[in-house]
Amino acid sequence: MESMPSGFHNTSLHLTNEQIAAKICTPLKPIRSYSSIALTVLSFVLAGIAILPLFSLLWTILSKGIPLLSWESFTSLPAPVGQEGVANGFANAIVGTLTMVFMATLISVPVGICTAIYIAEFTPTTAASSISSIVRFTMQVLSGVPSIVVGVFAYAVIVLTFKGFSAIAGSIALTIVMLPIISLTTEGALKLVPISLRLASSGLGASRFQTIARIVLPTALPSITTGILLAISRAAGETAPLIFTALFSQNWAQGLDKPTPSLSVMIYNYSSSPFIEQNKLSWAACVVLVVLVLVSSVLSRLATQRRIKLR
Amino acid sequence: MADTTSKPYANNSDIPNITAGDQVIATVDLGFTWVVRILTFIAAVIIFAMVVVIGEKAMPSIQQFGLGFIFSQEWDVPGDIFGALPYIYGTLVSSIIALILALPVAISVAIVTTEDFLPEWVRSPIAFIVELLAAIPSVAIGLWGIFVLIPFLQPIGTWLHGNFGWFPLFGTEPFGPGMLPAGAILAIMIVPTIASISRDVLLSTPQDLRSASMALGATRWETIIGVLFPAAVSGILGATLLGLGRALGETMAVTMVIGNSPQVSLSLLDLASTIPAVLANEFAEAQDGLHISSLMYLALLLFAVTLLVNVAAVFLVRFLGSKGQD
Repeated sequence: MESMPSGFHNTSLHLTNEQIAAKICTPLKPIRSYSSIALTVLSFVLAGIAILPLFSLLWTILSKGIPLLSWESFTSLPAPVGQEGVANGFANAIVGTLTMVFMATLISVPVGICTAIYIAEFTPTTAASSISSIVRFTMQVLSGVPSIVVGVFAYAVIVLTFKGFSAIAGSIALTIVMLPIISLTTEGALKLVPISLRLASSGLGASRFQTIARIVLPTALPSITTGILLAISRAAGETAPLIFTALFSQNWAQGLDKPTPSLSVMIYNYSSSPFIEQNKLSWAACVVLVVLVLVSSVLSRLATQRRIKLR
Repeated sequence: MADTTSKPYANNSDIPNITAGDQVIATVDLGFTWVVRILTFIAAVIIFAMVVVIGEKAMPSIQQFGLGFIFSQEWDVPGDIFGALPYIYGTLVSSIIALILALPVAISVAIVTTEDFLPEWVRSPIAFIVELLAAIPSVAIGLWGIFVLIPFLQPIGTWLHGNFGWFPLFGTEPFGPGMLPAGAILAIMIVPTIASISRDVLLSTPQDLRSASMALGATRWETIIGVLFPAAVSGILGATLLGLGRALGETMAVTMVIGNSPQVSLSLLDLASTIPAVLANEFAEAQDGLHISSLMYLALLLFAVTLLVNVAAVFLVRFLGSKGQD
C-alpha cells in the first residue's frame, strides 16, 4: 500500500517524450469540441436566417413590381377603379413625395448642421460643454422617438391649428425625423476634422465663422453628405408621419396647404384595397420607392469610405 | 478719391487700415454665433415641445378616464368610452415576441461577422447586407408581410394549433394576420439595429482578451461566452433596448399584418392591435374631441415608454463608450 504513491510519483517523473506529448495533446473532451461545433453551426444557420428576408423581400418586390411599371406609371394619375384602357400611374404621389422631402431637407439641413456645429465647435471645455452634451442627448433621444409620435405632434401643431391636412404638416413631420440623423452624423464628421486645421486657420487670423465655413465644413463635407443622403432616404420611405398629416389624394396636390399624396401612403392605402388594379399599383410604387431609398442609402455609403454610425 | 490713393502717406490716418474688415468680420461672426445658438435651441426644444403639446391635447381624456384608461378594455368611439389595455397589451406582446426571435439571430450575425470564422471579404458584405435591411421602408416590408410572410406562417400556425391547441398560446385558429406575423415582422426589422450595434461592441473588445482566453486553453466558443459576452454585456443590452424602442414604435409593417382587432387574447395566433396601429388607423378620421384626445393619450403613453427605453439605451451605450476610453 505504501509503495503505491511513491511508485506513481516515480513513473510520472520518468515519462518518455512520447508520453509527455500524449499527455499534452490530449484531445478536448468530446463535450467541449462537440458543443463548439454545434454552436458554430447554430450561429451560421441563424445568421443565414437574418439574410433570408432581405433577399425574399427584394425578389418579391422586383419580380412583382417591375413588370407593372411603364412610362405611364410616372406620368399619369391613378386610373379610376374599374376603367379599362385608361392611363394608370402615380405621378402625383412621386411629385408629392419629392415636394415634401425637398421642403423637409431645406429646413432640416441648416438646422441639423448648426446643431452639430454647436455641439462640436462651440465647446470651450467649460460650462458650455455640459450644454452641448445636453443638446447631443436630446438629439439622440429625438432619433429614437417613434415616427408615428412625430406625426401626432405635427397633427396637433399644424393640422388641428389650421384645420386641414397639408403638405406643410407632412414636411414638418419629416423635418423632425431627418433632423437628428443629420445632426448626429454631421457632429461625428466635425469631430473627425483634425484640431490642427482649426489652429492653423485661427493662427492665420481667421474668425470662428471663417474657420468653420471655409476650413472645417469643407473638410467634413463628404461625411455630412452621407448624413444628408441617409436622412433623405429615411424620410422618403416614411409613412407613419404622413398618414394623418399630409393624408392622401387621388389627384394632383392642389397646393402646399392641401392634402398631398405620397408614394409610401399610396402603397399603404392600396395594399389593403379589394381592387386588384390598386394592389398592382401598390407593387409598382413599391419598386420605385425601394429603388429610390436603396440607391440613396448606397450612395450615402459611397460618399465616404468611412462608416459613420447613426445610432 | 484717386488723389488719396496715388499720394504717399502724409500722416498716420492715411495708412490703409489693414484691419478695416474687422468690424464686418466681427459682426458676421457674432451673427453666425447667434444663428447657430438659436437654431440649436429650437432643435433641442422640439422634444420638450412634443411632450407639452401632446400632453396638453391629451388632457381632456386624462381628466375623463385617469389612469383607469390603461386598464380598461373598452374602445367605443360612438359611445365616447375609451380604454387602452388591448393596444398596450398588443404593443408589449408583439415587441416581446420580436425580441425573443431577433436577439439570438442578431447576436449570431454579430459573432459571425466579428470573429474570424470567415475571411474579412465575406464578413463585411454580410454585415452590409443585414444593415441594408434597415434602410427598406417599413411600408414595403409590410407589403411583403401581407403577400409573403402571412401565407408562409399560415400553415405553421395551423400546425401549431392542431398539435398544441391545448396550450393557451396556440389556442385559436390562425386567421392569417395576427400577433405572430406581427412579432415576426418586427423581429426582421430590429435584427439590423441589434446586430450592427452588437457588432461594433464586439469589434471594440480588446484583442488581448481573446488571446489571453485562448492561451489558457479555452475553445473559441468558451472565449465568446465566458470572456467576450461579459465584456460586451452593457453594449449588447443597450443595443437590445434600442431594438425594443424601435419595435414598440414601429407602425406601418405591424398595422398591415396584425389584423387591427383590439382584444386581449393569450393566443399568439389571434388578431390583435397596437398603439401605433390604432393611431395610424383612426387619426385621419377622428372628428370627435374626446376621440382625438384619447388617441393623443395613447400617443403620450407610447412616447413615455419609448422615451424611457431610449434614454436607458443611450446611457448604457454611453457607459460603454466611457469604459472603452479608459
